[in-house]
Order: sequence, then C-alpha cells, then structure tokens
Amino acid sequence: MFSNLRRKYDFTDYILWFIGATLLVAILYGSYVTLSSGKYTTEQWLNFIVFGLAQGGIYALIALGYTMVYGILGMINFAHGEFFMFGTFGAFFVAEALAISGFLESNPLLSIIIMLAAAMSVSAMVAMLSERIAYRPLRRAPRLVPLITAIGVSYFLQYTARGFFGSGVEAFPNVPALAGSIAVGPITMQRSQIAVFAATGILLLLLWLIVSKTKIGRAIRAVAEDKDAAALMGVDVDRTISITFALGGIMAGAAGVMYGLVFRQVAFYMGFVPGLKAFTAAVLGGIGNLAGAVLGGLILGVIESVGPSLFLDGIGIPSPHQLKDGIAFTVLVLILIFRPSGILGERLSKRA
Amino acid sequence: MELLVAKGINKRFGGLQALTALDISVAENTIHSVIGPNGAGKTTFFNCITGFYTPEEGSVIFEGEEIQGMSPDRVASRGISRTYQNIRLFANVTVLENVLVGMHRHLNTGWFGAVFKPPKVRREEKSANDDAMEILKFVELDKKADFVAKNLPYGEQRRLEIARALASRPSVVLLDEPTAGMNPKESEDTTTLIRRLRDERRLTILLIEHDMRVVMNVSDQISVLDFGRKIAEGDALAIRSNPQVIEAYLGRGAATGSGYGLREKAGVN
Amino acid sequence: MRTERPFTLVDAAKLGLYGGIAAVLISLVGMVDAFAKKDIIAGVVSMSQVLLGAMAFTPALFAATRALRNGGKGGALAAGAVAGAVAALLVALLALSIAPLNLRAIFVNATPKLVNELLPVGSEGLMGATILVVAGIVVGLLAALLTWLPATLRRSTLISLGAVTLIALLKDVFSVIIPTDVGRFVYKSNGLSVEGAVVLFITILVIAYLWQILQPRLNRAVDRMPESRRRVLSFVATVGLLALLFALPVLLGSYLSEVADLVGFYIVMALGLNVVVGFAGLLDLGYVAFFAIGAYTMAVLTTPELPLVRSFIPQLSFWAALPISVLMALLAGVFLGVPVLKTRGDYLAIITLGFGEIIRLLVLSDALKPVMGGAQGVTGIARPEGFGMRADSPQEFYYLILISILIAWFVTSRLKKSRLGRAWMAIREDEDVAAAMSINLVGYKLAAFATGATLAGLSGAFFGSKLGSMVPASFNVLVSINVLAVLIVGGMGSLPGVVVGAIALIGLPELLREFNEFRWWVYGAVLVMMMLYRPEGLWPDATRERELLEDKEPNVIDEDPTGLAEDATVPT
Repeated sequence: MFSNLRRKYDFTDYILWFIGATLLVAILYGSYVTLSSGKYTTEQWLNFIVFGLAQGGIYALIALGYTMVYGILGMINFAHGEFFMFGTFGAFFVAEALAISGFLESNPLLSIIIMLAAAMSVSAMVAMLSERIAYRPLRRAPRLVPLITAIGVSYFLQYTARGFFGSGVEAFPNVPALAGSIAVGPITMQRSQIAVFAATGILLLLLWLIVSKTKIGRAIRAVAEDKDAAALMGVDVDRTISITFALGGIMAGAAGVMYGLVFRQVAFYMGFVPGLKAFTAAVLGGIGNLAGAVLGGLILGVIESVGPSLFLDGIGIPSPHQLKDGIAFTVLVLILIFRPSGILGERLSKRA
Repeated sequence: MELLVAKGINKRFGGLQALTALDISVAENTIHSVIGPNGAGKTTFFNCITGFYTPEEGSVIFEGEEIQGMSPDRVASRGISRTYQNIRLFANVTVLENVLVGMHRHLNTGWFGAVFKPPKVRREEKSANDDAMEILKFVELDKKADFVAKNLPYGEQRRLEIARALASRPSVVLLDEPTAGMNPKESEDTTTLIRRLRDERRLTILLIEHDMRVVMNVSDQISVLDFGRKIAEGDALAIRSNPQVIEAYLGRGAATGSGYGLREKAGVN
Repeated sequence: MRTERPFTLVDAAKLGLYGGIAAVLISLVGMVDAFAKKDIIAGVVSMSQVLLGAMAFTPALFAATRALRNGGKGGALAAGAVAGAVAALLVALLALSIAPLNLRAIFVNATPKLVNELLPVGSEGLMGATILVVAGIVVGLLAALLTWLPATLRRSTLISLGAVTLIALLKDVFSVIIPTDVGRFVYKSNGLSVEGAVVLFITILVIAYLWQILQPRLNRAVDRMPESRRRVLSFVATVGLLALLFALPVLLGSYLSEVADLVGFYIVMALGLNVVVGFAGLLDLGYVAFFAIGAYTMAVLTTPELPLVRSFIPQLSFWAALPISVLMALLAGVFLGVPVLKTRGDYLAIITLGFGEIIRLLVLSDALKPVMGGAQGVTGIARPEGFGMRADSPQEFYYLILISILIAWFVTSRLKKSRLGRAWMAIREDEDVAAAMSINLVGYKLAAFATGATLAGLSGAFFGSKLGSMVPASFNVLVSINVLAVLIVGGMGSLPGVVVGAIALIGLPELLREFNEFRWWVYGAVLVMMMLYRPEGLWPDATRERELLEDKEPNVIDEDPTGLAEDATVPT
C-alpha cells in the first residue's frame, strides 16, 4: 500500500502538502482567535466586505482584459495594468478640466460619463497600439518571446507615463455628488462605492452582450477556439485580436475611473499592483472564463479586505494591513499550485 | 513471455470515451502492431502506456509491475521509449546531442560531477559519446552526427527519432507511425530497420502504422482498434480476412469484399 | 523567396513618421531637456541635438538604403530627404503646438524651455520651425549620401560616428584612463573639443576600415593553424584577458572601480539567471528575492544591531556569514522552487513575480522588524577581513567580485556542457519529450532554479557587505527586470553575452548620470526592440539563436529596417 503511494508522489508533493497545511492551520487558527476575541463587530465585518466588493469590482474589470487576451492568444499580457493606469490618467485630466469649469459640480452624472469615455478611449488606444506594434509580429514566436515583450511594453508604458505626467502622486478631483455615505441597514456604504457597483454591473452586462450576442463576439470566440480554422471561415483574425485588446482596454479604462473615484489618486506606478492582483483574480476564477474573472475579482477583493484582520490579527501580527498585498499574492501562489484551472475552470482556451 | 500487458483500460475525455475495456498484451521480442481508422484511440493508448495519460480504469503491467499513473519520466526510466506521430526532435541541437539526451537514464553525472568533472565523469562522457555513435551507425546517421537536427531531410529525422529512442537502451519501443509521409523506398528501408530492431537488438516493438504493406510485412501480432475498442487480434493472415476489420475500415456493407480493398484504403491515409 | 513591393516616397515618409514619433516621445518624456546641458562637441552640438538628429538620420538611412535598390542614387537622395523632412516636421509641429494648446497642463515636460531646445538655436516661431525642417532635410540627405558609399566605408563611418558620441559621453571614464595631455587635447570642460572630435572621427574611421578588411584574413589564418597552435593561442588570450581584468582597478581608480563592482554584482546575478532562463527556459521574475535573501542573511548575521537576533545568534564575521548566506539562498531556491515549478509554463513568470513581492513585503513589514529591521533596514554590515587586511575600498572589493564572477562562469559553463545542460536543453525545447527521455522535469528545473538562487545569494551577500547598510527598497521587482534585460540584450544562454549585457545596461547608465532617470523607459523599449528584431541578443548562443529565430513571422522580416537580407526587386 505504501509502495503505491511512493510511486505516485515524490518529495516535491510532500513539500507542497506541508506548505498548504501550514497555511491552512495558520488561517484557521488566526480566524478562530480573532472571531472568539470579539475584537470586531458584525457591522465592521460587513463594512470590510462591502469595501472588499467595491475593490473587487475594480479588479474584476481589469481581470476581464487579462482573461480575454489569454483566451484568444494564450499569452499573459503583463502590460495590461498599464492600460488601466493610462485610463486613470485620461480620466484624471478630463476630471480636472471639468472641475475647474464647474461642470463637475453642476452635472455630476454627465461628467462621470465623459470621464468614462475619455478613460476608455485612452486605454483602448494604448492597448491596440501595444498589440499592433509589439505583439502582432510575434504571434508565432517561441513562448518566452511574447512574454518578455509584454514585460518590456509594461515598463515602457509605465515610464512613459512617468515622463509625460511626472513622478508624483496627483489627487483625483473630488466629485461632490459622490461624497458622503448612505446607511443601508447595518452597513454604511460610500456613495462612490455604490457608483462602482452600478457602473461595474452595467459594463459587465454590456460586455456579456457583446461577447455572446454580436457578430464580433462570435468572431472572438471562434479565434479563441482555433485561429486557423477561424481564418478559413472568413474571420479577420488580426482585426478580431485587435478588437479583443480594445475591449480589454475599455474595461481597464472604466476600472481606472472607478479607481480614481474611490481612491482619489493617480500615479505612474499605480498599474503594477492592481494589474498583478487582477491577474490573480483572473486565475482564481479560471483564466479565459469571463464569469470567472468577475467572480475571482470579487472574491479576491473580499479576501484582501477581510483577510488581514481575520487571519493575521488573531495570530498577533503587528500592523496586519501592511500585509494586505501579501495575502493577495499568497492566494495567487496557492491557486496556481493547487487549482490552476481556477474556480469555474478554463474556457475560451484551447490549452489542456 | 508477456512483457507489456494492458488490462481493461478505460480512458475518457469529458464525455468522449476514447478507450473502452482495452486488453492488449505484447510478447517479448516481437513486433506488435496496433491499427485502426483515424480517431480509433491508438495514440491515446500509447499515451496511457507512457504515462502522459492516466487511464480511469484498468492497469498497465510492464515486466510484472503496474505502471499506470506513473509520471512519464518514471515510465521511461523503466525502459519504455517512444517516437511521435509528428516528429518531435530537439530541432536546434546536433544529431549527436539528440542521441546523448536519449541516454539520460544511463548516465549518472550529478551537479558536482558536472562542475568538477572527475575522471569518472570524463570516462562516462567518453563512453556515452561512443555509444551514441554506435547507435547512429545502426541507423546510418553516423556521418551526420554534427548536423543540426532540423536541417536533416525528413526521412533521416524519422530515423534520428528512432535512434534517440534506442539511446535509453529500452526493452520496449513504441513507434507512432514511423513511415508517415515517406515515399515507398523510404518506407521499405524503415520496415527493414524495424525488423533489425527486433532481430539484432532483441527489442520488443509496439507499432502504430497506417501503411498496411508495412504492417502486414513486419507484424508478429496485430490488434485492431475501432472507436476505442479492440475489434480483432491475430497475425497478418487472420486480420486480412477478418470481416469486422474490413467493415471498420470501409464501412458497413463492404465486408463482403476481400482484404485487397483494405490495403487500398489504408494506403491513402 | 519573396518579391518585394517597390519602395516609394510614401514609404519613406512613413519611416520618417516613425522617427518623428520617437523624437516627440523623447521630447515629452523629458530626455531632450535632460540632455540639453550635456555637450557632445563643446559649444557646437549637445546630446539632445544628437538624439533628435538621430531620429531623422536613422529613418532616412533606412529609407535611402531601400530606395537605392529600386530608385538608384537619385531615388535614395529623395527618400532620405523626405524621411528627414517628415521626422523634423513632427518635431516642429510639437514645438509650435506646445504654447497654443497648453500642452503643459498634461505633459509636465512641455515647457517653454523645451520649445527652445527643440528649435534651432536663436530661432523661434514659424521661422524656427522652417529652419528645423530644412535641417531635417539636410540630415536626411547626408544619410542618403552615406548609402552611396561602398558597404565597408559606410559601416566604418557609422561605427566611427557612434564611437565618437560614446567617447564624448563617457568623458569621466576616458579622461581617467588616457594620458593627461591627450585628454586636454580631446576634451573640453563639457564635451569634446572640435579638433579632438575631428581627429577621433578620422582615427576611428581608419581603424574600423582596416579592421573590416583584415578581420576575415585573420580568421582564416587562425583557422589554418594546427590544433595545438590554436590551443596555445587561446591560452595566451585567456591569460592576457585575466591579467587585464586583474589590473583593471589600478587603471580605473576609485570611482570607476565602484561602477565596475556594480557591474560585477549584476554579472554574477545574470550568470545565475542565465541558468534559469537561458538554459532551462524558465522565466523567473522574482529572482531578486534570492539576491535579497543573500544580502539580508549577511546583514542579519553580521550587524551589531537587532538585539533580538543577537540574543540567539552571535555576531559573525563576513567569511563565516558568507557560506550561510549562500546556503540560505540555495534553500530558499529549493523551497520556493518546488511549488513554483509544479505550476505550468506561462504561470511561472507570474507566480515568481508574486513570490518576489511577498518576500519584499515581509521584509518591509513591522511583523518581522525585530529580525529584518523593517523599513529602516539594517546598518553596520561586516566587510571581508583576513590576512590582516580589510576590503574597504572599491578596488579591493573588485577582486572579491572578480573571483565570484570567475567561479560563477566556471560553474555555469561546465553545467551547460554536461548531462544537466543537455537535460535543461531538452526541457526548454520540449517538456513532454524530455519527460519521455526519463528526465525528471521538476527535479531538473529545481536544479536550475537552485543554481540560479545560489549565485544570486552569493551576489547579494557581497552586495550587502559592500553597501554596509541596506534598505528593503533596494530589492524591488525592478532588479529582477534589470537582470532579465541584461540577459536579453546579451543573449539568452550565452555567457559572454551576460558580460556584454551587464556592461551595456548597468555600466553605461551609471556613467551617464543624466540617463539614469530614463533607464527603465529605455530598458522597456530595449526589451521590446530586442524581441522584435534580435531575440537572440548581441552575443548569441548558437543553439538559442536557432530556437529564437525559428517560426518568425515573415512580416517581422518585412519590417526589418536594414533590408539587407532581402532579394532584389522589380525596379520602378
């Protein structure tokens, strides 16, 4: 019986189990201690969750771009976080102009729509340009090549933004209509969070409609399934891929506006960490799977917001919120190791 | 003696039943062919033996031990090696290096040995080189040892793949369509080579092949698969006249014809 | 054999457009402004002018080269002029639109000062723009004239132009090495003197020309030599090179040795990453983690601070802490490697990135502050001591680093040519087939990963000791990207490539302080350009070159601006 075990697993599997078990025990123990100490009230937990969901909505929007590009090209687009960053800057400059003219105050809804339009077009443009210049010529190159290119694009874009817009952190203009909060039962929700939920919901619905109901959506799915076959059926593969990047960019741009409204700041380096987390979200849900990206984003947002208090505070780790990002990346590592196909499994992807 | 036995193998991909209750046993020092129409599950069967797939049910027994579910490198290190339907050489290194990689299992140099190169390691590298050249000579590629693999003509690439499979000194070699894409002359040479593997190297060979001339010529035993099931088994003569086999290849209603049609149809594939 | 569409003036304009866009980019990013103060030829040409000029010159050169083949010499001139004019026109448009469009509201570098730097000296407005376009045409024509020259002479001219610019930029280096009298003739306080520039240009031109003629003969002569003679020759060359390397700090002086040390740290690290990326084909973006582990182990073990740690472990000397630091990096490589290497291909890059970030966050956190020093870092790290000496100066450190480089070189070159190297090659080319050759994938990947980690740890331990104090900020993901860029530029899998890459990407920016601010921007661009046009690197490894050039899509070759490999075409 044991010989059978030894045949199937080697020492590397045991190290994995050890890591997994240690983390599980730490999480369970930390949660138990925190919960039994009663340090946080139910309202506080609920607020953590709401905050996490709002943040998760932003991750979800970015994650969609990762997932669509992975689905269609089988490539991790490291530069996607920078598309998001450029969108935020686009929204920022428009918002500033609107704030100075007073339009932002008198007409908040229209202002936000204008900001969305600006951010989406900037992000989509950057995305399409990156694809055209850097990725398209490398479609048939060995796997490592486009991956390295994507890293190069990421740094090029990030430091272009630094050169263009400066290295400081800028404050995103305040939208007076979104200031303050509303009490919904025991939960106090920021108005900006409600706006994020509403906008995210609408955008997801639109994207779903585009991918599942339109001709271009069919083309995207066809190319994701088999590029050569799609080309034989008359689908313009290059154009379809370009549109996929644009759609991803549009979602990232929208996420940029949300980010600006909620966190009220922009900086050239802001794309990296959300980008990495959005990738985590995409993998968590099952990369290539649109619904998975959304689910993964929301779950990750909540884990990240609840986790430091729940897991770490109990163990007695000082200033646990410093390790918020660490928790997100640990989730990434664990998912990739133990369930690389994600929660909902992979779709749109032809890799086994 | 049965060297390699597959018992009751079931393999599913999602809803697709690729192999159903497959029993095949391969006797030592024989050439055993697996034939069947496209999509019959032949390559899936190979992948189940070599550890790339784990069958849901059934067992693969090699030299008296169960090997199903083992990782491919462990299966290989027990002495099963293979070639591929679409040639998968290490295309960018030399012919000699391809064979040397194949010898991996018989070399012992570790990290420190590689760095400090004690006499033992030098001797090992030297004898590995000699062995590799001997194998290349066997497939008549010794003159091209320093060529980059992808620059070889097609037929020689096939032979190099066989040489690489031999390098691990296996007891069983799995050949997946070794004559695919060859002209009649090359096919004939390959047929001879396969026979020499059995006769000169005392190997056991499991062969997937579409070219019926080759199959009927070299096989000691033939198993016929259709839709993942074994529909017939026997020597060349028995298979040629088996109505079920003809039906599988030509569709229902054609079973009244002779084995001649079988040959024609398969030759096209 | 592809037939090529004839090259038209529209194509030339397109090339000029690309150059112009690049020029606009470098202006808005701030490069032009930063380089305006640095003169190439004192009082005549500034670095930013050379840079902008290159953005017209390069497209004009490519346009003229192509036009020459179907339009003859006249066609080449026309193409060059058009490309140069279009490039300059874009810059002129930028200069004219900055004030009226209030571009400064968005682009921090779009200042009135930039306008002055873009337009020719002493001119402004439309007049300045016109002069600029004329200048662009002149540059374009010059580039076109160059294509008239025979290939050897043309190449020599280009090499000489580049070399003179580099010599001007690296004044700090050369003025230390060359005799004072020569230095006084060649250099002024800011850039080259006019006479110096002319003499240098001609000298280098002649040397480059002669070299191109003589080199093939030399090669043939060496090829004809009997094996034993050749071996003696290569032995002599190696010994000479080593002697030079050991003499270097004496020649370089303190400041340049400092730079050499930094390059050395990166060479050791890059040699390690080369095993992971270049040999085994695993893209590791969290490589900095092992560098950090080496450095931090050294720091924690040798610092007099951190009372909590001192109550467990006594304070160690450098030499006692060194093997422990390396061992820790090795263990971390194995421990982190197992989960990382079990994931499938593409995910490796991202999971290593995640691990690198986790380690940085841990080091930064208050939670580990008693052990790691938190955000303030650790100071008082030991320096190497022994035989009554203490390595304090950068020159003394240089020798220690040189020895680590030699060790790393020896180890990785031996590994490359061994059974392990072959197994890594197999994994890199085709994992499934490698497994079917009874190669244990995780085991061999782990060996590569751990070798890389060990070398990073070695580099990190020296780095920590050299700095004397350290803060977590030195270990962010940019270091990993840095090392990766070194590898890509040099050539994946190639040991000499690593050295070339480290000198180009680490040494040069260090010597050109104006450039430092833009290094990440340039690295990003360099990574993309290399992958598009020269994925095998500057000093490629033969096997890797074959791998990286296979299956390249034809349209890459189509966009290959040199167009040298193309067939003759139908004349217009």
